[in-house]
Amino acid sequence: MESTTITQIAYLISAVLFVSGIKQLSSPATARSGNARASLAMLLAIVVTLLDHEILDWTTVVAAVVAGAAIGGILARYIQMTAMPQLVAVFNGFGGGASAAVAAAEFLRAGGSGPALELGVGVTIVLGTLIGAVTFSGSLIAFGKLQGVVTGSPVTFPLQKTFNALLFLAVLLIGASLAHVGVANSVAPVFGMGALEISGPFFAALVAGALILGVLLVIPIGGADMPVVVSLLNSYSGIAAATTGFVLNNYILIIAGSLVGAAGLILTQLMCKAMNRSLGNVAFGAFGTEGQTARAKTGERPVRDVDAEQAAMVLAYAGSVAVVPGYGLAVAQAQHELKKVCDLLEDRGVTVRFGVHPVAGRMPGHMNVLLAEADVSYDKLLDLDDINAEFDSTDVVLIVGANDVVNPAARDPDSVIAGMPILDVDRARTVIVMKRSLSPGFAGIDNDLFYMDNTLMFFGDAKDQMSELVKEVREA
Amino acid sequence: MGELLILLYIFVLATLAGKEVISKVPPTLHTPLMSGANAISGIAIIGALVVTGAADQPWVKVLGTAGIVMATINVVGGFMVTDRMLQMFRKR
Repeated sequence: MESTTITQIAYLISAVLFVSGIKQLSSPATARSGNARASLAMLLAIVVTLLDHEILDWTTVVAAVVAGAAIGGILARYIQMTAMPQLVAVFNGFGGGASAAVAAAEFLRAGGSGPALELGVGVTIVLGTLIGAVTFSGSLIAFGKLQGVVTGSPVTFPLQKTFNALLFLAVLLIGASLAHVGVANSVAPVFGMGALEISGPFFAALVAGALILGVLLVIPIGGADMPVVVSLLNSYSGIAAATTGFVLNNYILIIAGSLVGAAGLILTQLMCKAMNRSLGNVAFGAFGTEGQTARAKTGERPVRDVDAEQAAMVLAYAGSVAVVPGYGLAVAQAQHELKKVCDLLEDRGVTVRFGVHPVAGRMPGHMNVLLAEADVSYDKLLDLDDINAEFDSTDVVLIVGANDVVNPAARDPDSVIAGMPILDVDRARTVIVMKRSLSPGFAGIDNDLFYMDNTLMFFGDAKDQMSELVKEVREA
Repeated sequence: MGELLILLYIFVLATLAGKEVISKVPPTLHTPLMSGANAISGIAIIGALVVTGAADQPWVKVLGTAGIVMATINVVGGFMVTDRMLQMFRKR
């Protein structure tokens, strides 16, 4: 009794640390200590749990923790910042997998037979297994797509949605019958079967069905949309953890799990808004294919192209420059050269700011991390609304490897990207677009911006061209 | 049923609290937020420890141990990489 009270109080402290830690994440100045606070909360919860519960085999537990910590630590230490989305995906998959494993272990411990299971416990065990397993396999596919191991283009087959829906229904039925044998026995006669015996094989079918479902839900979605998927799966992994909290009657699992569930959902909504897609559209996996149908002809209209020297002149003699970085910058790993160009411009007295679209890069806020890595001060990174208020008074906009997020077609109600929030770069006096070719972006449509009178196209690989620009600005 | 209701209360209130705190995070910090939140979802480690600690059947132990390894990767890797990102966010 005594130790239980202490444990509950420690869990409460841990919960407070989690919430206040996340709150500190809301400002770049306090974010790092917020993260430290959240990890302290985790450590406290772990230590208290180990002290409160009887551990029959310390060797196994300690070995498992050490192994996990070593793998996680090495990954975290050596991962490239550009690979952050796939790292989050794989970590997330492990979180979901852990919840599924816990729920499955509880099922076995409860005797493995349905009738013995209480309805509440049964439901939560099944939900934990289901959500955890979907998160696990879905996240691994998302990782594969982001890493390029699995094809980035949508994988579709005939009647896919019908098949997925049927599979989901089957998994739910299996789950329901596991959760409460009565459900199965009321359904069984419909299919001409007798009373069912609920046991191990049924549970194995649930796990297998959920794993396949996770794969099938993610493969039809295009690689560029993976961050939305990862964000949604992140939410699922939180909910899965919270569900195991219901199974084990553990408050801190529920609290931390639901915090993550909420975080993932909010981020998913923000991303959907930034790409002008609905959450329903994401949840039912119907997107990532529309790009193919709307492919436009490009390159038939004349553009004004410039070389590095001309671009350097325009930039060097501007009063204010706004840089709009896109995923192309990250792919070319040109952020350090970009920073050099900006330093040189600032030395000449040019005001330089960055306009970062919410979905620039491969996950929300990814571009900010890449620019921070290149040593760009965070107060120069302006978000969509702030930079849009500045374009009217900006001399030159330098777009590096971005396309759809600066396409004025978003203002045309008939366009496929109609209504997508964009950076209004066409309102600046001059626009320089650094890009490899005129090829369309993910939305698959032509960009009118490239053909405007005040637009200069600066073709080439972002890294090479940025190095050229460094040289030319220095000499300008 | 009373116990289940209490758990449900906690779940709903924590979700609302999470929604409030998280909607204030600026877009600049969304990637660290995502990876930090992801690390917190490794809270499943608590469940894995409880299950493994009390395991008296071989399969329960196997599943629990796998759970500990996966959750620890999630927790340790998640918090470390978030810290690595956040230390780069500096004002000059």
